[in-house]
Amino acid sequence: MSLDREDAHGLLDVSLTVNDHHLTAIVEPRLLLVELLRDVHHLTGTKVGCDTSTCGACTVLVDGRATKSCTVLAAQAHGSSVQTIEGLQTGDTLHPVQRAFHELHALQCGYCTPGMIMASVSLLRESSNPTEDEIRLGLKGNVCRCTGYQNIVDAVLAAAAELEDVE
Amino acid sequence: MIPAACAYTRATSIEDALELIGGHPEAKLLAGGQSLVPLLKLRLAMPDRLIDLGGLRELSYVRDEGDFIAIGALTRHFELARSALVRTAAPLVAEAAGHVGDPQVRHWGTLGGSLCHADPAADLAAAALAHDARLVVRGPRGHRTVPVGDWFLGLLTTALESDEILVEVQIPRMDPSSGWSFVKFTRRAIDWATVGVAVLHGSDKHRVALMNMGDRPMRAVHVEDALANGLSYDRAAVSVTEGTRPPGDVRASSDYRRRLAPVLTRRALLEAAERSAAAEG
Repeated sequence: MSLDREDAHGLLDVSLTVNDHHLTAIVEPRLLLVELLRDVHHLTGTKVGCDTSTCGACTVLVDGRATKSCTVLAAQAHGSSVQTIEGLQTGDTLHPVQRAFHELHALQCGYCTPGMIMASVSLLRESSNPTEDEIRLGLKGNVCRCTGYQNIVDAVLAAAAELEDVE
Repeated sequence: MIPAACAYTRATSIEDALELIGGHPEAKLLAGGQSLVPLLKLRLAMPDRLIDLGGLRELSYVRDEGDFIAIGALTRHFELARSALVRTAAPLVAEAAGHVGDPQVRHWGTLGGSLCHADPAADLAAAALAHDARLVVRGPRGHRTVPVGDWFLGLLTTALESDEILVEVQIPRMDPSSGWSFVKFTRRAIDWATVGVAVLHGSDKHRVALMNMGDRPMRAVHVEDALANGLSYDRAAVSVTEGTRPPGDVRASSDYRRRLAPVLTRRALLEAAERSAAAEG
């Protein structure tokens, strides 16, 4: 059995790297990436919000790029490298984006936060020194119902400055 | 929301993909999946089998072919938006690609997927129409080239046959003295266009394409004719609704779209003219 051709029961053998760990699973073709992460591998930091590709709470990085994991089949991620909120910190040290969200109070209920942070990490990889407008545009695929976004934008600006200093 | 059960096969080459669709005419081709996966989850699409083209990296490229640029069908939106060649030679394609959905969608969505899905509100369909693109499809009988004007046949329906795959999109290189404009009106940042207009202002003629003004992506031929006959931008823009049947839905009524289209068309024509004047110095 391989990913290319399903077995007699229509199941697929999906293999991918998640937070630097090699993982495999035997899945139905219709299984979504977010279900593989949450239900099969119990990485519940990634949230399901709208389940319609609108809110961005399910955002993870696939091969370094922000992806709505509710809108990609697990099979489509076969062979790729996935990073979730659980894999962002190094040891006990938070990623600069996580730290900025914490210090600048860029969350209230916190439900959108994992997706918001992963989308921000992706944004800062593509544009290391974004303006406030570029951040608002770059995060338009992520919805927060609590904060009014101001502290989120401030946190991404602060993280961008810190990452720039490091590099 | 859980898609209906279906079989899945990942194509390993174009030849493999053609063989697979030959053997499974009921199958649905999966590219980036950013339109198809939501449809599967809503069970508006319930194919027996998905044939995933996502692994065919040989269909992801942007090449300079002299008088046109060739774009592989699986080139993703974010790649189009940041390509210097696309920005120069086919600026409406780069601009439209940067307007699709949000960054997450643009990391997966592909040009070929968008043109084959044929949503009447699609940003890239309007860009392809305004640039007068050519679509290269491959099937069991070899290649054929379809002018984009013959591609969109109706709601979510194209000239692609069930045993064919769209492999390349060819965009005639834009004359450097041309101007262009891409105007898209939305209520929420990530929405499809309530109405949108793409304009290419060439040295001898205008091409004007519309988003969400009927059952398919379309050219605004009445506007183009009015401009060719020497009418002003204001008067030409008014004729944009002729021959259209804009939908009414939760975002806007049909009448609202009819009122919005001339306003956006006028703005797009003016912006394209300004860019053309600036390019000519």
